Amino acid sequence: MIAMALLEVKNARLYYTTTKGIVKAVDSVSFELNEGETLAVVGESGSGKSTLAKLLVRVWERNVSLVDGEIYLEGKEVLHIPESEFRREVRWKKIAMVPQASMNALNPVIKIGDQMIEPLLLQGTGKEEALKMAMDALEAVGLPRDIVNRYPHQLSGGMKQRVIIAMSIMAHPRIVILDEPTSALDVITQANIMNLLKKLKWEFKLSYIFITHDLALASELADAVAIMYAGKIVEIGGAEDIYQNPSHPYTQGLISSVPTLRVDKSLSFIPGEVPSLINPPPGCRFHPRCPYYRDRDYLKGLCDAKEPPGVKVEGKSSRTHLVYCWLYG
Amino acid sequence: MPDTFNDTPWVRRDSLVVAHRLRTYYTIKPGLFAKPRFVKAVDDISLSVDRGMTLAVVGESGSGKTTLGRTLIRLLEPISGEIYFDGTDITHMKEDELKKVGFRRRVGMVFQDPYSSLNPFHSIHFILEEPLMVQGVPREEREERVYRALEEVKLTPPEDFINKYPHMLSGGQRQRVSIARAIITNPDFIVADEPVSMLDASIRVEILTILKDIQQRHKMAFMYITHDISTAKYFSDYILIMYAGQFAEYGPFRDVVKNPLHPYAQSLIEAIPDPDPSNRLRERKVAPGEPPNLANPPPGCRFHPRCPFAMDICKRQEPPVIEARPGVYVKCWLYAK
Repeated sequence: MIAMALLEVKNARLYYTTTKGIVKAVDSVSFELNEGETLAVVGESGSGKSTLAKLLVRVWERNVSLVDGEIYLEGKEVLHIPESEFRREVRWKKIAMVPQASMNALNPVIKIGDQMIEPLLLQGTGKEEALKMAMDALEAVGLPRDIVNRYPHQLSGGMKQRVIIAMSIMAHPRIVILDEPTSALDVITQANIMNLLKKLKWEFKLSYIFITHDLALASELADAVAIMYAGKIVEIGGAEDIYQNPSHPYTQGLISSVPTLRVDKSLSFIPGEVPSLINPPPGCRFHPRCPYYRDRDYLKGLCDAKEPPGVKVEGKSSRTHLVYCWLYG
Repeated sequence: MPDTFNDTPWVRRDSLVVAHRLRTYYTIKPGLFAKPRFVKAVDDISLSVDRGMTLAVVGESGSGKTTLGRTLIRLLEPISGEIYFDGTDITHMKEDELKKVGFRRRVGMVFQDPYSSLNPFHSIHFILEEPLMVQGVPREEREERVYRALEEVKLTPPEDFINKYPHMLSGGQRQRVSIARAIITNPDFIVADEPVSMLDASIRVEILTILKDIQQRHKMAFMYITHDISTAKYFSDYILIMYAGQFAEYGPFRDVVKNPLHPYAQSLIEAIPDPDPSNRLRERKVAPGEPPNLANPPPGCRFHPRCPFAMDICKRQEPPVIEARPGVYVKCWLYAK
């Protein structure tokens, strides 16, 4: 029997309606997350990576015009169950999130403890028990228990981020989604938070979905990496395969544009800009910037017309390495 | 032997830009009748930048690196110390004097945020032409120089961009306009304050390449302010690491990055990940805690509350700057003889 994935996303789509047209922020995305695994979702701004996170916890803006696909959590479909059931059974308890820049969204006039327990109270947990869960979580992230009585302005940026991380783990979820969890922090604080996330992963047997624009930072946690471009996953596989044998031209370009401190290498960049998600290019969305498409005649009429299928590439890691590119099709 | 200051031997007097024991403080008044207090944003910094040389100034937020850059191009006035530009003391010059001696024409700045540093009501043409109009450059020459600047930052053909407004451009294109504006007066000294930190990875390298090309072609003195040592690596000759407004370590870039001496510098470099899938299996040995409040910094060495090697003297007395290796200067008691 094949082991069931902890989370399975099939053809997930999320479109926004704006005055300029329909934004296809997440467009037919499929992937699996295994037990205890960290999947880094890496993409530039406008790749749809944050929207994907919102889709997984079912928290999205009012101008969403289409939500489609299937999400199986421990084998049970959760994208189309009623919101009340999702709130009671899934959000926070099974799948929690550290939203981007959320440390600055703490309410300045409410004590840390009261803010932390609010979602638990909504789920019907008693106040005393909720407070104990909050304090246990604070201790796990390296903060003193009595921080529940403090206000956000009494904490530093790194401490606030620890509070947010504590909130995400206090109901003992299986999956935590980390959306740029260190984006406003200094480099040393960032390294401290990364150390903490590694520790929590082992201690609580968590699976992470780590959303970031930074390939170097992604390697701090990632067992597997999904590269997103213009609303789609273009390549997904084990971390060793993605970093050491990147197969999609976009992944190759992205990796060679990352400056490295310890190794000397020459940098290159991907000419052009990320396309608009309202009117994305037909076929492969990367083809207007792709060096292979430009240089190889047989790709003309293919990349610019038909969407590339996912093709398996030989890899070192046990995870399937898929690349969505006509070079391999 | 180059002519240096006795108390700051790493500063060459004959450099284009010289700062000697510079201090820039901000005043804060906690209350109407309360005594004003100082935020010591730049506290005793000395450096020199030569023509054709790039100095990276690296530190975390609140380290004073941006204040230092703004003081050097006299957007701020220091409370003590001296700044020499091409041999002229400009430390306390008034704005009209700075213009008269040609200082304003000879320095340029690139700001961090390409979305807020360009006036949305001005066309690219006007944004670039304005500094030249202020200097009284005749119209035909202005036109030619605007085109040339756009070509230098690879916004080509210039006709496609000249009549556009900032909101019509992408982040990377806007930052190129900022660079074009900084270089349009043919300055000798450029301060670039986090010029790529708001840009996407695939665009970053392109901007860095443009900056490097311009710096080398025109033999400018260049100061690159950043929190990210790995982007600085691609064109910096020297590095100054700042902590809480003060000097931490200075020396040749590669030398310092390969073998940092100050415990803060060691932490800062250890904290930076390179893309490597084995990173997930290790823990980074970095200092705990966060930088202090500059209105009330710790006594002695400002890093001592976070330092794994802190000794008794570090808590009481400010460390001196010591030449710990030839050409590498460290402000740390560990290296005192």
